[in-house]
Amino acid sequence: MSAFTPPPLPSDDKRWKIVNGTMRKNGFARHALIETLHTVQSSFGYLDDDAIRFVAGSLRVPLSQAYGVATFYHYFSLKPPGKHTITICAGTACYIKGADKLVAAAEKRLGIVPGQTSPDTQISLMTARCVGACSRAPVMLCDNEVAGEVTAEHVLEQLERWAVE
Amino acid sequence: MTIEELEQIQESVRAESAKFDFEVNVCMDLACSSQGSDKLRDALVKAAEASGKKVLVRRTGCMGPCSSGPLVRVDPEETLYKHVTAGHAEAIVSSLGGEPVPALQCDLREHFDKQVRVVLENAGHIDPEKIDDYISREGYKALMTALMEMTPNGVIHRITESGLRGRGGGGYPTGLKWSTVSKAGGDMKYVVCNGDEGDPGAFMDRSVMEGDPHRVLEGMAIAAYAVGASKGFIYVRAEYPVAVARLTTAIREARRRGLLGSNIAGTTFSFDVEIRLGAGAFVCGEETALIASIEGKRGTPKPRPPYPAVSGLWGRPTLLNNVETYANVAPIVRNGGKWFANMGSERSKGTKVFALTGKIANTGLIEVPLGIKLWEIIDVIGGGVPDGHKLKAIQTGGPSGGCIPADMMDLGVSYDALMAAGSIMGSGGMIVMDDTSCMVNVARFFIEFCMTESCGKCIPCRAGTAQMYTLLTRICEGTATMDDLEMLEDLCSTVKEASLCGLGQTAPNPVLSTLKYFRNEYIEHIQHKRCLAGVCNIQAPVEVMA
Repeated sequence: MSAFTPPPLPSDDKRWKIVNGTMRKNGFARHALIETLHTVQSSFGYLDDDAIRFVAGSLRVPLSQAYGVATFYHYFSLKPPGKHTITICAGTACYIKGADKLVAAAEKRLGIVPGQTSPDTQISLMTARCVGACSRAPVMLCDNEVAGEVTAEHVLEQLERWAVE
Repeated sequence: MTIEELEQIQESVRAESAKFDFEVNVCMDLACSSQGSDKLRDALVKAAEASGKKVLVRRTGCMGPCSSGPLVRVDPEETLYKHVTAGHAEAIVSSLGGEPVPALQCDLREHFDKQVRVVLENAGHIDPEKIDDYISREGYKALMTALMEMTPNGVIHRITESGLRGRGGGGYPTGLKWSTVSKAGGDMKYVVCNGDEGDPGAFMDRSVMEGDPHRVLEGMAIAAYAVGASKGFIYVRAEYPVAVARLTTAIREARRRGLLGSNIAGTTFSFDVEIRLGAGAFVCGEETALIASIEGKRGTPKPRPPYPAVSGLWGRPTLLNNVETYANVAPIVRNGGKWFANMGSERSKGTKVFALTGKIANTGLIEVPLGIKLWEIIDVIGGGVPDGHKLKAIQTGGPSGGCIPADMMDLGVSYDALMAAGSIMGSGGMIVMDDTSCMVNVARFFIEFCMTESCGKCIPCRAGTAQMYTLLTRICEGTATMDDLEMLEDLCSTVKEASLCGLGQTAPNPVLSTLKYFRNEYIEHIQHKRCLAGVCNIQAPVEVMA
């Protein structure tokens, strides 16, 4: 049997080297699949077909398994995110303190539902299971910046700020 | 590293802190840092330099009462300040050595008096990124004692004697689990720490990993020595980037000090730890699913037996405990099993950390001896329900738990009492609900959670939770009949009995417990088309004219 040669990098984008680095650090072991997909997502913002193919090929994991893992875990996104992301926490403490009103306000303003990006690709609306800042519920994340004790007005103000950029 | 060297480090930390007259500790946990405690710390450092006083400004993990944050504690006086902003820095620094700043003083004596801190003993006292801070508070002494003076069986005996039970929610006796793994054959074994904390409304494990990461590593190393493992994994939620960063630093520092790695303390014991990131799947809190996820696969559970203690990660015997369980290990080894067993109730020993949230005055992290009455937690530590509202229920155990009604506040908090009341201890989320919460809507919230998080492997859970969700939605919308209610109860028992893993087996709990204590609310929705809490959007019934 000939020695395994990993597939070439999909392009000369430097970020592929970072992805390759994660796999090399794990000795191209199959169990590094999730770790590698994390690196892809943190480097590129999402997982596209090319990335999943490249990682599956490099780790000798069946494409079906790589795609299965990418779609099983909520953290992985197969669509590119907008320029900004507003994430409203939908954990129990936030739900009890009325997070649904925040989601409704954002949905109405943006005309999209959680999981979608506005047509001008400016803003993605997401909900989170729990970000662990329950003591300051309800909570939102604006581009990963945590804000607590949020009202619908705060959400709309933030969306306005991004809209005028 | 030897015990003498540990003591030398303690000495040098003490000598270093003797150079300062005051220590100003700034809580930089998520709740405080989201309100600008990083700017506050910078301002304090600047004010301290300008004042010429000998002040050490230290960042710490969670101090507890998050609703009073950002928090600052001045030592040695132990003055606690609440709602501190960068603008208050100069006033605080200039007050050092004199009278405290009255406007900022935080009087939470009752809040703290009922608490006993074991797991959180260092929280708010050490800089989580400094291993020497941890060592100065008896850190790694338990590991050294175990390696130098105890046999692996001696360690297991001590844990068994303590009566410690799994803090992830299941409550399985920890000593028994360790003993099973230690007796399992094979030369390769693993120690795994479950830091997935998927239960929404709970953040104890995040605070421990972020505020005192070495405590988790020390617990894992002691466990590895006891069961004969040489490799460990910490499985952390990707949603907790700070915890990942702190643990990464802690592992590096521990290796540098020779507290992780080959031949620790010159013995034949070797142990190292790697971090694995979760990717947002609640089911990965289930042990076989978590193991599948570490192996790089979809997190779907497997039928047990074989239990991970016999055949776990890559088919090897694997010890799997939760963050808080490991965090209890070092103090037990240090102080003895009996010391731990003296706290708590008959069959629930020690203390438990709870994340107190929802409609309660003092939200935050608390640690209480088990057996404590619920009213003590709610009224005394929590400061009661604010804004003149009435307490309705307390939710424990997250999506696997249930709601305990307001008239059962005399209940002592223990694994068995909570189970008998139709809920579970769970990982430690405690969400307080007042009269503005609709219990049918709460049940629907949790079932929606379980429906979305069901991995889909077994039908009772995959299809059952979806059908339950449809029925609960009908009830919430006022379109259900009494037959629907009967079908819902029927489905509860099917899903509970027939599901493969804990997720499905416990998914009906929020429905069952609300049906048990708040059945009238279901009936109101169905027969009178009314939501008494005003949460559900029920359309007024259309009058049919004859």
